[in-house]
Amino acid sequence: MRKFVTSLLAGIGLTLACGTSVYAQDKELTIFWAEWDPANYLQELVNDYTAETGVKVTIETTPWPDFQTKTFAELNAHGDAYDLIVGDSQWLGVGSEQGHWVDLTDFFNKHKLKDVFLPATLAYGEYPLKSNKFWAIPLEGDVNGWSYRKDWFEDPTEKANFKAKYGYELSVPKDQKALHDIAEFFTRPDKNRYGVALYTDNSYDAVAMGTEQTIFAYGGSLGEYDTYKINGVVNSKESIAGLQAYHDLFKFTPPGWNKSFFLENNQAITSGLAAMSMNFFAFFPALANPATNPHAANTGFFANPPGPTGVHVAALGGQGISVVSYSKKQEEAMKFLEWFVKDETQLKWAKLGGYTCSKAVLESAEFQNATPYNKAFYDSMKIVRDFWTPPEYAELLTQFNDNVYPYVVNNKGTAEEAMNGVIKDWTATFKKYNRPVH
Amino acid sequence: MAVSVLNTLDPRSRAAARGWSDLTIRNVFIIPTVLFLIVFNIFPLIYSLGYSFTDFAANRNVPWSFVGLQNYRELLADQRIWTNFVITAKYVIVSVGGQMIIGFGIALLLNRDFPFKGVVTTLLLLPMMLSAAVVGLFWQLLYSPSWGPINYILGLRSFGLLSDADTALYAVAITDIWMWSPFVMLLSLAGLSAVPKHLYEAAAIDRASSWYTFTRITLPLVAPILMIALIFRTMEAFKTFDLAYVLSVQPTTELIAIKLYRLAFQQWDTGRSSALAYIVLIMVLAITNIYVKYLNKVKER
Repeated sequence: MRKFVTSLLAGIGLTLACGTSVYAQDKELTIFWAEWDPANYLQELVNDYTAETGVKVTIETTPWPDFQTKTFAELNAHGDAYDLIVGDSQWLGVGSEQGHWVDLTDFFNKHKLKDVFLPATLAYGEYPLKSNKFWAIPLEGDVNGWSYRKDWFEDPTEKANFKAKYGYELSVPKDQKALHDIAEFFTRPDKNRYGVALYTDNSYDAVAMGTEQTIFAYGGSLGEYDTYKINGVVNSKESIAGLQAYHDLFKFTPPGWNKSFFLENNQAITSGLAAMSMNFFAFFPALANPATNPHAANTGFFANPPGPTGVHVAALGGQGISVVSYSKKQEEAMKFLEWFVKDETQLKWAKLGGYTCSKAVLESAEFQNATPYNKAFYDSMKIVRDFWTPPEYAELLTQFNDNVYPYVVNNKGTAEEAMNGVIKDWTATFKKYNRPVH
Repeated sequence: MAVSVLNTLDPRSRAAARGWSDLTIRNVFIIPTVLFLIVFNIFPLIYSLGYSFTDFAANRNVPWSFVGLQNYRELLADQRIWTNFVITAKYVIVSVGGQMIIGFGIALLLNRDFPFKGVVTTLLLLPMMLSAAVVGLFWQLLYSPSWGPINYILGLRSFGLLSDADTALYAVAITDIWMWSPFVMLLSLAGLSAVPKHLYEAAAIDRASSWYTFTRITLPLVAPILMIALIFRTMEAFKTFDLAYVLSVQPTTELIAIKLYRLAFQQWDTGRSSALAYIVLIMVLAITNIYVKYLNKVKER
């Protein structure tokens, strides 16, 4: 009898244990992102969600260079390892057209998210452009901006010398011409000081993000994304002038600046190598931190200055969060998103260090004064513009890099030749995918 | 009693008496290996060969269609691909040539007695034990015109060996030479230690010059093992990806393996990248075949 009771209790215990584990498994979500500080902030944020709902949320990360490959390896296999993915905006086309992302249009409409987020940041989720169809919720807003050495800029001798040479005050550049002048002014190889640190790495989107920002500022464009018109747009005189300006700025970068992305551009400031450095705002916390930047107290930040005709644009960075269509926990994922878009969650996200796209939070004085770069971030997020996002974006990016990089970095050919090369390659690619290219 | 009877039988009969024939034992060991090879080597090889005749793209949920030899035709007609092959050929010649000369040279120096010979040999082997990615990052710092010691020592000032399109490939090759010369050195040392001492003694008695001894005794006898080192290093250099990928982004350092990676995993052009992989495979096989034929001739001498 005793043996029977023991067995019965053990059986009940085992059944309960199995039941609990199945239940717990249903109450788990896995979010995939790249390995960087914002992913750590997100893990901290979602711990609140776990405390509120009992749903365990794990942020799984991988180093940036593997991020795209690992994501698409999983998506192509229709795997359900990840329930949500914080993906690049360029992936919207392939994610939506190939059925990897769940359509979030109804979710957007139900929660009136167009009113919640800054209009420009809807680019993290809308595809095709102007279609009102949404595939991702803006999660980590990010944009290309600038840091600079305040102490160099405010030095009375430097100010006097600058004014004598250029005829106007040395200050945060008010336009692209001033950016060029200041970069030239501070370039002193004999003192191992240079004017500017730019994005030049062509292995993914660094050089493309850097050049497109200047091209946009000069009134140029990489094409009409909704009509696929590229001829006369990509090689317009404004686009060519923008590319030429980026090429001219490259002359004022430190030597060997041909493979630079966020890490090197932050180092340019921390090591006192450059007066100004281009970078995504997500990497600016390290510059404001005295532990990682000995010049933190003397580092300032500004939004990309407007071009000669006043066009004020910055290159979009950051990522939106999408629900994976192969996930078996889509309902749970949608509940998580409902929690994530709440104002109080967005505020907490911003306080933790994440870059919210919430209009209310971004516009608040509390946010703008919280760090030395938040105001510049807010100014930049209003003017963001992105690269192409159709499924063939990767080919477009490689072809853009192949044509632009030799001109910018190696001084091969002219800006016009580079842009005409882009048009030739893109035309072939668009034709391959039956786009109405013209 | 039974044991003693078994001991009197020959091994084959003993195995049979235990119920396991030689054939069974052989199969038990060989079949899993063969299955493993088929599943993980042969099947993907054949599968990717199939892909190379299609327009399949791994990131698209659209049905693929058979395009015959179109991928091969387009790749072979693409001037940019040939540029990648030319870059790769240059890299292989410089890199493998440098490794052979330096590796064999160090082996000649090490092939004599001196204090701490073992420690020195071990230290010289260290580079090839490191990961290529780590070596790449390490040399990137060494080459840096701003804070790298190479420019400082050579007095190159702001000239960037890696950032200059014309010198970047040689900078990558120098790193590869540093990393893999120890491999050639190791094989050469094995070859040198196998040369019979009496040949050198006879040459010394005949008052043969050092150059004569080297060209008539050392080199011919070490040549077969040098050929093996050459085959291995050529194959590896032809497939180099990690080192060049980490070190440089110049179009002039885009080796064929990097091009293949970009085609397959950045552009997701699976069909075409499979075709390119087969073109590379055929080229490596052809080069290796020429080497092996030459190796056999060297051995026959």
